Amino acid sequence: MKRKSINRNRIIRKTGLLSAVLFLSILTGCAGQYPAESETPAAALFEETEPSEGRIVVGFCETGSESDWRRAHAASIRSALSEEEGFYLLYEDAQQKLENQIKAVRRFILQDVDYIVFSPLVKDGWDVVLEEAKEAGIPVIVNDRQVDVSEDLYTCWIGSDAEKEGRDAGLWLADYLEKEGRDKEQINIVTIQGTLGASIQIGRKDGFAEVLSEHDNWTMLDMQTGDFTQTKGYEVMEDFLEKYDDIDVVVSENDNMTFGAIDAIHDAGKTCGPDGDIIILSFDAVHAALEQMQKGDINADFECNPMQGEKVKEIILALEAGREVEKKMYVEETYFDNTMDLEEILKTRMY
Amino acid sequence: MMSKLKGLTKKQLFLPVFSMLLVMLLNVIYDIACGHAPLTFFTIAVKNGILYGRLIDILNRGTEAAILAIGMTLVVSSSAGTDISVGSVMSLYGGMCCMLLAGYGNVNVSNYAVPLLVGIGAGLLTTCVCGLFNGFLVAYMNIQPMVATLILWSAGRAIGLLLCNSQIVYVRVPSFQKIGGYVGPIPTPIIVAAACILVASLVLRMTALGTYIQSVGINKKASRIAGFNSAKIILLCYVICGLCAGLAGMVATSRIYSADTNNIGLNLEMDAILAVALGGNSLGGGKFNLAGSLIGAYTIQAIDTTLLSLGVSTAQSPVFKAVIVIMIVVIQSAPAKEFFKELSKKRNAGKGAASV
Repeated sequence: MKRKSINRNRIIRKTGLLSAVLFLSILTGCAGQYPAESETPAAALFEETEPSEGRIVVGFCETGSESDWRRAHAASIRSALSEEEGFYLLYEDAQQKLENQIKAVRRFILQDVDYIVFSPLVKDGWDVVLEEAKEAGIPVIVNDRQVDVSEDLYTCWIGSDAEKEGRDAGLWLADYLEKEGRDKEQINIVTIQGTLGASIQIGRKDGFAEVLSEHDNWTMLDMQTGDFTQTKGYEVMEDFLEKYDDIDVVVSENDNMTFGAIDAIHDAGKTCGPDGDIIILSFDAVHAALEQMQKGDINADFECNPMQGEKVKEIILALEAGREVEKKMYVEETYFDNTMDLEEILKTRMY
Repeated sequence: MMSKLKGLTKKQLFLPVFSMLLVMLLNVIYDIACGHAPLTFFTIAVKNGILYGRLIDILNRGTEAAILAIGMTLVVSSSAGTDISVGSVMSLYGGMCCMLLAGYGNVNVSNYAVPLLVGIGAGLLTTCVCGLFNGFLVAYMNIQPMVATLILWSAGRAIGLLLCNSQIVYVRVPSFQKIGGYVGPIPTPIIVAAACILVASLVLRMTALGTYIQSVGINKKASRIAGFNSAKIILLCYVICGLCAGLAGMVATSRIYSADTNNIGLNLEMDAILAVALGGNSLGGGKFNLAGSLIGAYTIQAIDTTLLSLGVSTAQSPVFKAVIVIMIVVIQSAPAKEFFKELSKKRNAGKGAASV
C-alpha cells in the first residue's frame, strides 16, 4: 500500500519535473533568442520592405496546420491578403508552439509591419508581447480564438459565433418539425457535448438552450460529454439508446462525435437522418460530414466557418481608411441540409 | 459451511471479485430504486442480431484496459516499475497502421493501399520495437522504468501524429472495422480480449516463464546467481507489454476506423496500472496474479459504465470513481485486513463462550 502511494507520487513528481523543464526551456528560449534576433531585422527589413512598397504589410501567425479546418483558414487569409489585393503578407506557422508564436509576433514588431493578425494558441500569456506591439503603434487583430488581456492591448477580435451556431440549430429544428407536422408532438432530445468548458462547447450549448426554452414540447432527456472524439461519441450514444427508447433528436456538438453516434444508432438497428427514426444535428460541417449527409445519415450541419480572410481584409481596409471598428466581430456562418445540392457544394468546398 | 466461507475469503482473488460484486450490487440497488426489475443490469438481450446489455458493454469497452493489464502485470512483476508509455504506444499503432493502409498523406480512403495484414503486422511490429526500446533501457541500462518509459509516453503520440501528417486518417473499409465491430452477435473486441487472455494464461501455465518472472521480480540478483538471465526476462516482459499495447491499439483503432492519434489510448496507462493494483498485486514487483489484474480492469470499466447508467454527469463522474476506487483499495489494504481478522476472531470467541 505504502509502495503504491510512493509510486503515484513519483508519477506526479516526474511529470511535474518534466513540465517544469519544458517550461524553463521555453522561457530561456524566448529570452535568449530575443536580443540575438534584434541584429537581423535591419537586414531583413531592408530586403523585405522593397517588394512591399506601396502595399499594406501584414504579419500573420497561424497556430499550425493540425486539421483541414486550420489549413482552409490559412489559405483563406493568404488569398484575401494577396499581392494582387495590395497587401504584402508575412506568413508564420507556429506549429502548435506558443514559443514560436510569441517569437513570430515579436519579429513582426521588429520588422515594423503595418498590421499584426494572429490566431492565439492559448488565451493567456499575451500581455507582454501585445504591450510591445502597442508601444510600437502597430494595430493587432486577434483572429479565431480569444485572448485574455485587457481590451486596450488589441484593436479587435474576429471569429466564429458559437452561440449563434447553437441557436441556428434550434431554429432549424423548429422549422423542420413544423414542416413535418410534428410541431405539437412531444420531442425528446439528447445532446452529446464537446469537451466541457471549451468556449465553442459552451456557446453551442447555450445557443441551443435558448431555443429549447421557447418550446414546451421539447424535452432535453440527457447531456453527456463525448470530448469531441468519435470513440466517446459512440459510447455516449450507445448508452443513450439503452437508457431511452424514444429519442427523436440527437444534437452532437461536433462532427467527429456525430460519426460515432451514427455508428451506434446503426448498430442498435435504428436509422437516422431525414428518412430515419432519429434526427441528427451536427456542427462544424467538415467534408466527411457532408458526404455522410449525402448518404442520408445527417439532417443538418451547422458550419464553423474557416473562410475568415475576407473579413480580416475588410477590417484592415476600414482601419486604413481611418474608420473605427467594433471590438468584437463575427464571421458569417451558414448551415447545410439535405434539401441543398450537396454534390455541388462538396466540389467547391475547401475543407 | 462457515469454514468453507472462511477458506474462500482467504483466497487472493476474493477481494478483487468482492469489489466487482459490490459495484454490481450498486446497479441492482439503483434498478430497484428506479422501479426496474432488480436484475436489469444482468439481462442480455439480442437486438438487431447483436448482443445487448450492461454486462456486454463492460466486457466490450473494458477490452483495451484488460489487454493492457496483461502486459502491465508482467512488467510490474519483473521490474517493480510501471510502463507508462502504453497509451501513447497504442496511438502510435493507430498512426502506423492507418498511415500504411491509407497511403501517406491520404486522409480519407475506402480502399487499402497495402493489404490489411501488412498494416496490422507493421503496427504490431512497431509497438514491439517500442517495447524492446523500453525494455533495453530498463533491463540493460538500469534506468528506472518510470523514467525510461516516460520517453515514449511523450514521444509516441508525437511520432503517430507525424506519420499521419497531423491529421485524423480514416480507413473506411468494412474489413478494417470488423475488429472493432461484431462477429455474428458478439462484439469482436470481446473475442480479441478472450484470445489474448487465453494465450497469456496458457503460456504462463504451460511454461516456466511465470515462475521466472516472479523470481526475477522478487530478487533480481539472486535469480541471476541461480542461473536466470534476469535482464533478458525483463526485456521480454517489456516486449510483451508493447505487443499488448499494439493489440489494444488495434481494437481501439478499428472501433473508430481511423487514427485519431491525439485521443486513442489517452490516459489508459493509468487504468492499466490501477487494474494491476486493484487485482491485489503489489506494484513493488514479485508475485503476481493475472486473473486479479483482469478482474481489476473490468471493475474499472464496470464503475465507468455504472456511473454512466446512474446518470451521473460526466463532469462529476471522476469524483465518484475516485471514491469507489479509494474504498476498494482501502478494503484490500493490510491494516483493513487485520481489522476484519480481529473482528471475526472476536465474534468467534463470543460464539465459543455462548456454546459452552
